[in-house]
Amino acid sequence: MSDLETFRAEARAWLEENCPREMRDGAGGEENICWGGKRWQFQSEAQKTWLNRMAEKGWTVPAWPKEYGGGGLSKEEVKVLKEEMRKLKCRSPLESFGIWMLGPALLKYGTHEQKLHFLPPIARGEIRWCQGYSEPNAGSDLASLQCKCEDKGDHWLINGQKIWTSYADESDWIFVLVRTDPKATKHTGISFILVDMDQKGVSTKPIKLISGKSPFCETFFDDATTPKEHAPGVSAIVGEMNKGWDVAKYLLTHEREMISAGGGGLLGGRGMGEVAANDIGLENGKLSDPLLRAKIAQAEIDGWAFLLTLERMKDEAKAGQGVGANSSMLKYYGTEFNKRRFEILMDIGGSDELEWEGQRTKDGKLARGWLRTKANSIEGGTSEVQLNVIAKRILELPGA
Amino acid sequence: MPLVLTEEQEMLRESAHGFLEQKAPVSALRKLRDTNDPDGFDRGLWKEMAEMGWAGILIDEEHGGADFGFVGAGVLAEEMGRTLTASPFLSTSILAATALKKLGSDPQKQATLPKIAAGEALYALAVDETRKHGPAKTAMKAEKHGNGFKLSGDKTFVADGHVADKIIVAARSAGAPGEQDGLTLFLIDAKSKGIEIERTQMVDSRNAARIKFDGVEATGDDVLGEVDGGYMALEGVLNAGRAGLAAEMSGSAQQAFGMTVNYLKERKQFGTEIGSFQALQHRAAHLYSEIELAKSAVLKALQDLDAHYGMAGPICSLAKAKAGEVAKLASQEAVQMHGGIGMTDEYDIGFYMKRIRVAQEMFGDAAFHADRLAQMRGY
Repeated sequence: MSDLETFRAEARAWLEENCPREMRDGAGGEENICWGGKRWQFQSEAQKTWLNRMAEKGWTVPAWPKEYGGGGLSKEEVKVLKEEMRKLKCRSPLESFGIWMLGPALLKYGTHEQKLHFLPPIARGEIRWCQGYSEPNAGSDLASLQCKCEDKGDHWLINGQKIWTSYADESDWIFVLVRTDPKATKHTGISFILVDMDQKGVSTKPIKLISGKSPFCETFFDDATTPKEHAPGVSAIVGEMNKGWDVAKYLLTHEREMISAGGGGLLGGRGMGEVAANDIGLENGKLSDPLLRAKIAQAEIDGWAFLLTLERMKDEAKAGQGVGANSSMLKYYGTEFNKRRFEILMDIGGSDELEWEGQRTKDGKLARGWLRTKANSIEGGTSEVQLNVIAKRILELPGA
Repeated sequence: MPLVLTEEQEMLRESAHGFLEQKAPVSALRKLRDTNDPDGFDRGLWKEMAEMGWAGILIDEEHGGADFGFVGAGVLAEEMGRTLTASPFLSTSILAATALKKLGSDPQKQATLPKIAAGEALYALAVDETRKHGPAKTAMKAEKHGNGFKLSGDKTFVADGHVADKIIVAARSAGAPGEQDGLTLFLIDAKSKGIEIERTQMVDSRNAARIKFDGVEATGDDVLGEVDGGYMALEGVLNAGRAGLAAEMSGSAQQAFGMTVNYLKERKQFGTEIGSFQALQHRAAHLYSEIELAKSAVLKALQDLDAHYGMAGPICSLAKAKAGEVAKLASQEAVQMHGGIGMTDEYDIGFYMKRIRVAQEMFGDAAFHADRLAQMRGY
């Protein structure tokens, strides 16, 4: 038996032994996610047990090094673990911006001391992080951000406002892009800094979206502070001072790759044609609305070709060709496609799915989901910004 | 299987690329058109391609072929799409080779495949009878006649029909037009009595023909595959052709797009390169994305034809539909972004628009394949 097969057998046995029954329903969906953090209320004892056991094993972040709370697994082993978890329908034990965003940034740009200090609490789900990037006047033009950060000897003093900070009202710490050198050029005076939100100078306010939900907040910094060092040798700034834009760019690419790897949300779930056949009905084996049928068929062609493109890009990356700026292409196409898909699902749903509240639609689940997709092509860089990146970095067009 | 070319396939691509750029650029097609060449392709060039193993790319080594599989054939088709190379590759080396290999009896294979691989015999596949593709619509009659059949009916849009030595033709031996059952494939000598071939000059300056069959006699030995049960067999062959055309269109789209991007970098108006205008950049970036999708669908279709030939129907429909739509978009954007010069005959881009228009129509346009996919998925 190869090492990988041995690992598979061991992983499976361990999962069967340790994953509580209640956590084996394969439930995804935002409402079932365990986010962790100081204020986290576990939905069940099983959710808590599952997190603790996985964290102890290092498998909440299986690819991270063991000394930082991870599992120290190879890429192949991580893939095997995910496959086995899928087979047993295990829920994910923990999701967070710490895992998705800050972790990768620290692993690439952090010092050993920073990693040792910040990564294990993320892996154990003890600290919940959020991301402070956009500002009211710095959206697509992120590098024009103005949030001020002044050197006060032993600490930094921060004043300004962030917007679109996901779940800031439920988070413990925030990683923020701040301007540490106001005289430097746009891209060079920015630093990437870590701030404890449990202080008077930091406040948050949820933003109600068109979907009726509030996944995002405004975050205000009024004389907020963060020590130069959170512990001996643990700087508050990640990467070099005034070089935060490099970290930010790395994370934006990473974020695009994550968004596109999820297929813009089109992996899983029933096909549009299947939904339509069920909800609207067939005549002589064909959907009774021919124009809708044509629209669906064309969309399914694009959706399938897009999934194959994700697969191809992944295979090319493995073969050493790298995804590079193609992450912009995947983000652009995937999110635009997801919007198109939800428009069609709403077409299929007709007036039934327009009921905003009530049991029949689970409080307008599809309608709220449809509205949520409108943000897909805005967050993480708008479609227009992605097209700019393709034009500049892939097509090498002038002056873009 | 990873969705990337193997080293061997990549090498084939590179050598084909170099060869075609040198020996068969768009100017060669232009010359064939301007001299009203009776063949519509260069027999000397075809001989060279055969010597390199291209004519027998799908044929096993036992029958003198290179046995590179559908991915190999697709790689060649894509490169020929880049240069718009006119050759009997699709009809003879993809369609006929697939039909004979998959359906032929041992004696039929023995008699045909080595000659195809050697570049010594040309074939055509005659399916369509009306302006829109639809094999089940076949009305051409195959009436029982002694121990054999008599074929009567009209075929149209037969690629390479006027130069073919042999014609593989679909005819109805039972049932009524519209039904899948009752089709039979025949392998007929193009010089048989009762055959009348009219070369049709197509918009892409490539070969096609209308063929009349007037009581053409066929023996039992001329039947390819099963009597009355030829529909699925034909579908398999057509799928190979669809994937081949999709690969060709992907190549044409990539080339037309490359020419366009270069033009955007060179052409100056309002004192600057027009490629610096965001209106054009975004359209170019969108087209780039679409072309990447088409490439993925094409490669998957070719790989699946190699791995599960009988189950490749849906993916071949995907590839044909997607590559067709994307190639059309690429050619339209190419002409528009080139502006006036794109409308001139002297400039090559128009040749791409014309060939793509023909290739996307052949063996089912995007609407045909979208409909087919919807049916397969139960709506």
